[in-house]
Amino acid sequence: MTQIGETRRELALDCFLLAGRIMMESGAETYRVEDTMIRMAVSQNMVNSHCFVTPTGIMFSPSEELATRFVRINNRSTDLERVALVNSVSRKLVAGEYTVQQAYDELLIIDQTNYRFNIWLQILAASVASGCFLILLGGSWIDLPFAFVFGGIGFIIVETILEETRVKIFAEFIGSFVVGILASIAVYTGFATDLDTLIIGSIMPLVPGLLITNAVRDLMAGHFVSGLSKGAEAFLTAFAIGAGIAVVLSF
Amino acid sequence: MNWPLEAFLSFLAAGAFGVIFNTPRRTLISCGLVGMSGWLIYRTFFLVFEDSVQASFAGAFVVSIVAHLLAKKFRMPMIIFSIAGIIPLVPGSKAYNAMRNIVEHNYLEAIAFASEALMISGAVAMGLVFAEVLMQLFFKRQAKRIQRKMGLTQE
Repeated sequence: MTQIGETRRELALDCFLLAGRIMMESGAETYRVEDTMIRMAVSQNMVNSHCFVTPTGIMFSPSEELATRFVRINNRSTDLERVALVNSVSRKLVAGEYTVQQAYDELLIIDQTNYRFNIWLQILAASVASGCFLILLGGSWIDLPFAFVFGGIGFIIVETILEETRVKIFAEFIGSFVVGILASIAVYTGFATDLDTLIIGSIMPLVPGLLITNAVRDLMAGHFVSGLSKGAEAFLTAFAIGAGIAVVLSF
Repeated sequence: MNWPLEAFLSFLAAGAFGVIFNTPRRTLISCGLVGMSGWLIYRTFFLVFEDSVQASFAGAFVVSIVAHLLAKKFRMPMIIFSIAGIIPLVPGSKAYNAMRNIVEHNYLEAIAFASEALMISGAVAMGLVFAEVLMQLFFKRQAKRIQRKMGLTQE
């Protein structure tokens, strides 16, 4: 009997940690991850659980007598669909619609499925966003096709380098560097008119908006460790983009 | 300024960011609407008061409130709606100008632009947090009132 109880608790722990890991890898806020894990634990009668989430690892202690578990988070990207899916699974588990086994199976499926939009659609979206920002920031219509193309190219470069090397700062540096060079060529050959708005519009898809918002909200919620580390990540990204552009402009 | 054009462009930009961040398919249009409302409020404030810090605060405040309402409606985390809406308010051009002035050795001007960028990002963050706290207070009170009503009806 205790054996069964033991495996059931182990399964529940696996389930919480998997949910936390998927959410953290997909770019959820730290306080939401902690909240979700604690809610799931309380619904499984683990009232005294503690959970400590940082952007690089999750510690979860179910109670005083059970062992504390730890998972490492290696790569973080932005995939809000998965955040929403895990959220709905945890809601169902808390409401009693799912058993732990069902929730765990569902989470495994979420973990293994790729929900991303087609890569070409993402590139198109980056191009459209660049074009829109060019006009919103007061650029001229003549520059629109350039911003459209350069924004897409910058996004492709960052995504390919990220896939090859997993070094984010390098990918962003090269991406903004190439965008800067292309924009300078377009302006100095006389096809485009305004270098500043053209560059700003084209690098908009690379801006770390999610990281900045998450960092601030984590800091305000009292999660200083993750708030500061996400802030550092946002700063590094912004620095990489800025340095890439600065190298081009200094010539 | 051309209101319908700006509304359309900000809608499109926020929706495109929704695709990049892979928001759930059925919330894409809502994401666009959040971005549009944030940008229009930002522009209106900017035209009236001519201060981009205050305008950013107002824009972020509205983004956060709309995102909160949509999150309640769709029963999804609020982050899904707020992120695409925040992007247009990020002080990209100020940060760019600061960087450009550093490269051209105009350090004083660079500091001016950089501090403005810092102020704007702070204002955006404050707008987000203020709206969230207000909404939490409001919904807590509403939930209490509903509970009290239910308690009364049960008795």
